Amino acid sequence: MNILVCVKQVPDTTEIKIDPVTNTLIRAGVPSIVNPYDGYALEVGLRIKDAVGGTVTVLCMGPEQAKEALKTCLAIGADKAWLLTDRLFGGSDTLATSYILSRAVKKLEEEAPFDLILCGKQAIDGDTAQVGPELAEHLGRPQVTCVIELTADGDVVRGKRESDMGYDIIECATPALVTVTKTPFEPRFPTIRSRLAATRAEIPSITAADLDLDLAHCGLKGSPTKVKKTFTPSRNKNVQMLQADSPSAVAAQLLDALRRDNVA
Amino acid sequence: MATLERYLLTDEQKDLQAMVREFADKEIIPRAKEYDLSGEYPKDLVKQAVDMGLTRLSLPKKYGGEAIDNQTYAIVKEELARGDAGFSVTIGACYLGVMPVKLFGNDKQMQKVADCLNSGGLMAFGLTEAAAGSDSASLKTTYVKDGDSYILNGTKTFITNASVASLYTIFATKDPSLGAKGISAFIVEAGTPGLSAGKEEDKMGIRLSNTGEVVLQDVRVPAENLLGEEGQGFKIAMNTLNQTRPTSGAGAIGNAMFAYEYALQYAKERKTFGKPIGKHQAVGFMLADMAIQLEAARQMVNYAARLMDSGIVVPRVFSSAKAFGSDVCMKVVLDAVQIVGGYGYSREYPLEKRLRDAKIYQIFEGTNQIQRVIISGQILA
Repeated sequence: MNILVCVKQVPDTTEIKIDPVTNTLIRAGVPSIVNPYDGYALEVGLRIKDAVGGTVTVLCMGPEQAKEALKTCLAIGADKAWLLTDRLFGGSDTLATSYILSRAVKKLEEEAPFDLILCGKQAIDGDTAQVGPELAEHLGRPQVTCVIELTADGDVVRGKRESDMGYDIIECATPALVTVTKTPFEPRFPTIRSRLAATRAEIPSITAADLDLDLAHCGLKGSPTKVKKTFTPSRNKNVQMLQADSPSAVAAQLLDALRRDNVA
Repeated sequence: MATLERYLLTDEQKDLQAMVREFADKEIIPRAKEYDLSGEYPKDLVKQAVDMGLTRLSLPKKYGGEAIDNQTYAIVKEELARGDAGFSVTIGACYLGVMPVKLFGNDKQMQKVADCLNSGGLMAFGLTEAAAGSDSASLKTTYVKDGDSYILNGTKTFITNASVASLYTIFATKDPSLGAKGISAFIVEAGTPGLSAGKEEDKMGIRLSNTGEVVLQDVRVPAENLLGEEGQGFKIAMNTLNQTRPTSGAGAIGNAMFAYEYALQYAKERKTFGKPIGKHQAVGFMLADMAIQLEAARQMVNYAARLMDSGIVVPRVFSSAKAFGSDVCMKVVLDAVQIVGGYGYSREYPLEKRLRDAKIYQIFEGTNQIQRVIISGQILA
């Protein structure tokens, strides 16, 4: 099975700081990692490869330094890695990013079409969860989101999808795009050999000139999203202690309070 | 967690360090406490380490190993011991196992080592006996030549991987009255009739490692398993230990690094008299002294490993790296416990284990007194 995993390099912190003036992320001084959900997607891809054979390619859009993330993926077990990079791509929102990615997929598919494209559910820096689904739309392929397990069987993939209600057991014809959320397993550790080979690997780049692109859909120009403000909502906790002589009296008080606040 | 960052590493060294540190943080450290308390051998962790290639680090490339240099090995060893000292000793025994064959063995013997390590086996170095520790030339395990083989008899003590190794290097004497000159070294495969594991040690620290007796009762070893020549055994043992000492220092530093990082973090968070305790000079200076000593010990190990990689053998420097590294480890961990106070002394938290682990580094691979015998011998010669 020919598998593509799209990954993003993100700052290694759950407490991302935001520049109050530009409303963008402050990346200086923060070490970078492979977006954890993309790591799970890679592991899902590698498990499918282990089971049915094939190739796992990783693709990352980002600046030159994102090669480090791709090398991490190679160390973990990806067969090939491509960096999608160009100054013209700078400032792309999710729509522009997914458009550029879709053009890169088309370019890579000149060699061999991908049966399966895997993406992390979302990136931990932007948290939009839009790029995967949008990429599927640009490519006109079926999509399944928030999967935690996936196996391949001939022309279909089967898996378990996390939803608010529980789990959906899904089956989807390939070629398809699947986004992966936190799996019950961790991505495997590299071996010393694969780690050293990845460190020494040359990562090829794909630039705007290599692609059949409409530049009006790329970068800041192609990005309808405008971030007005990013902030952490303040949490106000108002606690009211209810007291009464019996549990049923407290329950009645609670019901009244909930009705008063239109909760019940 | 704040650590003493390393500089001037190659990209490969940086990546290996990060990889082993992640393995330690995610896999070793979370499980070390339970194994330490039970004394159970961490089979699952060893399997992971084998799969990653950590037991084949020093094995030459043509035998399927990773052939990393000693400088890089020291970095990996430090990170493993930062994860857990005992676990790093289990892995380190393979490095110790490869060394005598690398130095004195032939192609066929190295292939035996490779077959062992490549199939997931571990190695053990059998020199020490109940009455022959520092004075290893007084060992009592004997061998006699019998046709195309040798027959070994005796008991080895305090052997790392005693009951889990697939391949042993055993030192035995033709005649105890000959002293160092009577000793020869043999490769002995697990499963050879007469070879068995004896009593397992219930140790104070490094409890994730398996340590015990190796018993040899009329163990018949083919002549091709003799390392070097007859009578070279003591030289083989001394040369081997000489070359593995610097990385023993690296292990000590790794154990101390964990304690240092833990105490540093604690000193930033724990408040007394209105400020973090690290801001009180008494504690801040303790941390500074820990940092100074760790930096010095690490540089000494790095220098010794670079000498080895350049083919320059300076026992004085190798012994210094081992002795200083382990003395620093003891002191740093002791101070870390002091900074963390009651929580440092409690079994609920990790530092008391680190203190128990620290002590071994001053004892094994040549006690620090023996290191001083080597150093004084060289400088007074």
